Amino acid sequence: MDNLTPLAEEAKSAIAGAGDSAALEQLRVDFLGKKGRVTELLKGLGQLSAEERPAAGARINVVKQELQALINERKAALEAAALAEQLARETLDVTLPGRGQSTGGIHPVTRTIERMEDFFAAVGFEVVEGPEIEDDYHNFEALNIPAHHPARAMHDTFYVDPTTVLRTHTSPVQVRVMENSQPPLRVICPGRVYRCDSDLTHTPMFHQVEGLLVDERSSFADLKGLIEDFLRVFFEKDLSVRFRPSYFPFTEPSAEVDIQCVNCAGAGCRVCSQTGWLEVMGCGMVHPRVLEGSGIDPERYTGFAFGMGVERLAMLRYGVNDLRLFFENDLRFLEQF
Amino acid sequence: MKISEQWLREWVNPSLSTEELAHQITMAGLEVDAIEPVAGKFSNVVVAEILEAVQHPDADKLRVCTVNAGAETVQIVCGAPNARAGIKVPLAQVGAVLPGDFKIKKAKLRGVESRGMLCAEAELGLSEASEGLMELPADAPPGADLREYLQLDDHLIEIGLTPNRADCLGIAGIAREVGLLNNLPVAAVLCEPVPATITDSLTVSLEAAERCPRYAGRVIRNVDVSRPSPLWLQEKLRRCGLRSIDAVVDVTNYILLELGQPMHAFDLDKLEQGIVVRTAREGESLQLLDGQVAELRADTLVIADNSAPLALAGIMGGEPSSVGSSTQHLFLESAFFSPDYLAGEARRYGLHTDSSHRFERGVDFNLQRAALERATQLILDVVGGEAGPVTEAVSEAHLPARPDVVLRRARIRRLLGFELADGEVDRILAGLGLGVTTVAEGWCCSVPSWRFDISIEADLLEELARVYGYNRLPVSHVQADLVIPAQPETRLSLRGVRRHLSARGYREAITYSFVDRKLQQLFDPDVTPIALENPISAEMGVMRSSLLPGLVSAVQRSVHRQQPRVRLFETGLRFIPGGEGNGLQGLRQSPSLGMVISGRRFDESWSVASGAADFYDIKGDLESLLGLGRCAEQFTFAAATHPALHPGQTAAISRNGEQVGVVGALHPDVLGALDIPGPVLACELALDALLAAQLPAFSELSRFPEVRRDIAIIVDKHVPAAELMQNVRVSAGVYLRQLRLFDVYEGKGIDPKRKSLAFGLTFRDQSRTLSDDVVNQSMKQVIDSLEKNYNAELRNQAL
Repeated sequence: MDNLTPLAEEAKSAIAGAGDSAALEQLRVDFLGKKGRVTELLKGLGQLSAEERPAAGARINVVKQELQALINERKAALEAAALAEQLARETLDVTLPGRGQSTGGIHPVTRTIERMEDFFAAVGFEVVEGPEIEDDYHNFEALNIPAHHPARAMHDTFYVDPTTVLRTHTSPVQVRVMENSQPPLRVICPGRVYRCDSDLTHTPMFHQVEGLLVDERSSFADLKGLIEDFLRVFFEKDLSVRFRPSYFPFTEPSAEVDIQCVNCAGAGCRVCSQTGWLEVMGCGMVHPRVLEGSGIDPERYTGFAFGMGVERLAMLRYGVNDLRLFFENDLRFLEQF
Repeated sequence: MKISEQWLREWVNPSLSTEELAHQITMAGLEVDAIEPVAGKFSNVVVAEILEAVQHPDADKLRVCTVNAGAETVQIVCGAPNARAGIKVPLAQVGAVLPGDFKIKKAKLRGVESRGMLCAEAELGLSEASEGLMELPADAPPGADLREYLQLDDHLIEIGLTPNRADCLGIAGIAREVGLLNNLPVAAVLCEPVPATITDSLTVSLEAAERCPRYAGRVIRNVDVSRPSPLWLQEKLRRCGLRSIDAVVDVTNYILLELGQPMHAFDLDKLEQGIVVRTAREGESLQLLDGQVAELRADTLVIADNSAPLALAGIMGGEPSSVGSSTQHLFLESAFFSPDYLAGEARRYGLHTDSSHRFERGVDFNLQRAALERATQLILDVVGGEAGPVTEAVSEAHLPARPDVVLRRARIRRLLGFELADGEVDRILAGLGLGVTTVAEGWCCSVPSWRFDISIEADLLEELARVYGYNRLPVSHVQADLVIPAQPETRLSLRGVRRHLSARGYREAITYSFVDRKLQQLFDPDVTPIALENPISAEMGVMRSSLLPGLVSAVQRSVHRQQPRVRLFETGLRFIPGGEGNGLQGLRQSPSLGMVISGRRFDESWSVASGAADFYDIKGDLESLLGLGRCAEQFTFAAATHPALHPGQTAAISRNGEQVGVVGALHPDVLGALDIPGPVLACELALDALLAAQLPAFSELSRFPEVRRDIAIIVDKHVPAAELMQNVRVSAGVYLRQLRLFDVYEGKGIDPKRKSLAFGLTFRDQSRTLSDDVVNQSMKQVIDSLEKNYNAELRNQAL
C-alpha cells in the first residue's frame, strides 16, 4: 500500500503527457484495466487485516476515480484539439467566387411588357394574343381604315400579298376579341408589330401593348383615370399627364397622351426636345362603327382603347438612348437587364 | 403645315405669346411640332443701294462697292458674284451683330477699306443656304431697318396636322380655330366678285361629275408676267416654305396657303377650246410640271382641252400648258375633286403634292368661286390684265352629302363623364361653323362644307371635348364587376419558362421576324418561306419559318465581338406556309422556343475546368425545362437528321410520339458559311408542347426500405441508351422505382465496337420489404432481356 501515492503520481504524469487517444487508452489499461497496476493493488487488499481493509480500499478507489476523471478530461482536451486542428485545416477563402451557372436575364422589352401586364391584370384585364400575319380586314377595314384612307400612309405597311399584311398594330387582336365575345370586355394585347420604316428612331419591327375595355358605363373620364394611374405606377413617379386631341380612325374622341419628361422633370432637355413633355401613348373612345362592325351595339355599349410602344416606354424607364439596340442582341446590352 | 404667325394674326390676334398660342392650338388637336424665328438674330442691318461696283485692284474675286445706306454713302468690299450697281441689298453696318454673334467691324480687305458687309439670305438666318447677295425690291428705301422693312419679327409655326383636319390646311381654317378658342371674331376673307371686263370664256364640261362635281374657271387676258410678285407676297410664301416662281404661280400658291384651295393657271394660248374634265383614254400620256412623263391609266381623272389632257386633276399641272415667261393670257382653274376618288391617286404616280394632299383629305366644296374671285383680284393687282366672266360647272347631286347630326345631352354625360352647360355647347358648335337647332334630346347640327370629319354624334362629342379642353374633363376610375380569370394549372406560364432559362444562364434575345432568305434556306430548305412584297432589305426579306436563323445570327455577331460564351433563347412565332402562295390560307403561325449555346460550358472560373459546351449541355438544359411540366417521361429523343445540323449529333424531340422539336449541333458546313469557329448547339421546340403540364397527383409514401442493384453491361456502340433503359424498365417489373444510367465507357479493355453502360436500379414495394429473391428475380429478367434483345454481356453486377 505504501506505493499507492508514487503510483498515483506516476499515472497522473503519464496521463498528462499522453499525446493521443490511443496512448491514453493504453494508460487506462495499464493502470485501471483488469490487470492494471491500480487494480492489482485492490487485489492485494486481501492480505490486509479486516480493520485496515476498508480504509485502504477507500483510498485506492479515490485514486482510481481520480485517474479515470483525469483520463476523461485529457481525452476531451485531445479531441477538442484535434477538432480545432481539423477546422483550421478546412478553412476556405470564402471570398472566392462560387461554382456553377451564372444568371441569365430577360429582354428589356419582355420585362417591360410583363410590367404592363401586371398592372392591367391587377385591374381585371385579360392578356390576349393573335396572329402577326393578318388580313387586310382585321388590320385596317374593321378598324375604320378603308383602302386609300390617308391614315394608311401613317402605317407604312409590309405586304405579303395585296390583301395580307404584317400587322401594323395589335388592334386586330382586339377586333378578333370583339368578334368572338360579348361585353363586358377587358383585354390587353401585347406583341410584335411591323412597319416598313428603318432609321435612327424607327425599327421595322417593334412591340405594342394595346388595351380595350367595352361595357355599359365606361367614359372618357374613366379612360383618363386608368391611363394616369398606369403611367404613375409604371414610372413609379407622381408625374404630370396630359391628354391632347388627336386622330385615330378607330377611336372618337381620340387622344395622345403626354407625360412630363422623366429625364428633366419637365424643365426641357434633349430627351423631350426642350418641350418638357413626352408623347407616350394614344387612346380614345372606341369608334361606334368599329363596335358595330364587330357585332356590338354602340348604343348600349361604350368603350375605350389605348395603345403604347413598348420600346419607347422601356427607353424612358431604363434610359436606353438607341432604339436599335433592342434588336441587336448584343450581350453587353442584354446583360444590363 | 408651316404657317407664319404674323399672317395668322392678320386674321385673328389673341393676346397670347407665341408659345402660349402654340400651346393652345396643340391642346386643341393642332399639334405644333416646331416654332422657329423666320430670321436669325441680328441688328443694325439696313436696306442699301449699290451705286457703283468696281474691280478690287489686288483681288480677282472682290469688288469695291459704293453703297447708299440712306444717311451716308459708304465703301464696302464684297465678294458676291451678283454685287452690281443698281440693286438694293441688306447692309450690315459697322457695329452690326449677325447670327452666331458675328460682329461687323471696320476692316481692310487686301488693302482696301470696307465699312460693313453686304449680306446674303443665309448670313441673316433667312434661309439655309444662298448664292450671292439677297436682292431686295427696287423700291426698298435705302437706310430702312431691314427687320422692320421685311417685318422679320415673326415666327414660323409648324403644325403636324392629323389627316382628319383638312379644314386647317389653310391659314383661314387655323384662324377659325384660334378665334373659337379665344372667343374672338375672325377677319372675313375678301372675296368680292371681280366684274368681268371682257367676255372671253371657255366652256367647261364635267364628264365625270362624281369625281369632280364642281369646276370654276375664268379667262384673264393681257397679263404682264415679267412683273415680280410684291415683297409681301414673296415673304409670305417664303415663310411657309414655298419659293417664289412668278407672280401668277405665286398667287395660286398664296390662295392654297391662305384658303386651302388648290388652284391652277393655264396658258390660255396653249389650250384648244373648252375644258373637259374626264377620265384618261387608253394610251394617253402627259408631261408633268416636274418634267416626268406620266403614262396615264385609263381610270385617271384629267383636265383636258378638246384634244389632249392638260393636267392630272387635283395633283399636278402639265408642262405644255403651264404659265411661262411668254404667257400673255391665262385660264384660271378652281375646282373641287372628291376625296373618295383622289385618295391614293397621287401615290399611284409616285407623286405627293400640296394640291393632292389637300384634295385627298377634303377641300371645302363651297369655296371654289370665292377662291377664284380672290385670286383674280390679286392677279389683276400684281400683273394687270382683264378678267372674263366666271364659268362654273357644278353637279349638285355629286357634291359631298352633309346629313344633319343629332347630339344628345345624355350622351355627353355618358361618354365624356360630365354635364356640359347648354350655353357652352351652343357656343362651341356655333364657333365651329355648325348650324344648330335645339331638339328635345339635345341639338341638331348641320355640318359645314369644310368639315369632312363630322358625320356622327361621336364626332361632335370629340369637338366638344377638344374645344372645352381634354385636360379640363373630369377624371374617374373604372367601375366594373370583378371577373376572376381562369388559372389553368395544367399550363405552364411562359414567364416561368423564361425565368427557368434565365436561371440556367440564358439571356433572352429578340430577333427580327424577317430574315435573309439564303440564311433561312440553310435551316429550312424545303419550306418556301413567306416573302414580303416590300422588304426593308434582302436580309429582311422573308418571314422566319424557324427561330434558329435569327438566333444563330446573334451568336455569329457575339462571336465576332469576341464574346467567349453565348447562351440565348427566344420565344415567338414561326411562319410556315400551308398551300399555294403567300396568303393566310393554311398558314401556321406557331409559337416556338429557340435556344442556342456556344463557347465555354461555364464562365471562366478557378473552380471548374471549362471545356466548350457540347450537345449534352443543351440537352441537359432542355431536359430540365421539360421537367417543369411534370411530364418529362412523355418526351423522347431519337437520332435524326436536320439540314443545318450535324448528322451524328441531332435528335428529334417527340411528345407522345409526335415530333415537337429538334436539338443538335450546327453542321460544320453551316458554321463555315457563317464564319463561326467553335461548335454551336441549337434547339427549337413547339411552345404548346412545352407548356402543357400535368397536375401533380399524390401517391402514398412507402414505409419500406429501398433495394439498390447496379449492373454494367457491354453492348454494341450503336445501340441507343434510351432504348436499353426502356427495355430495363419493362423487364424489371413493377417494383422498379428508379433507373439511373451512371456510367458510360468505351475504350481500353472493351471491344472497340462495343461500349459499357452501368445502370443503378432501385426497387421498393408499398406494402412490404422486398426479399432478395424477389429482387434477384427482377434482375434476372433484366439481364436476360438485355442479353436476348441486345446481345448484351454482363460486365459487372453489384448486389
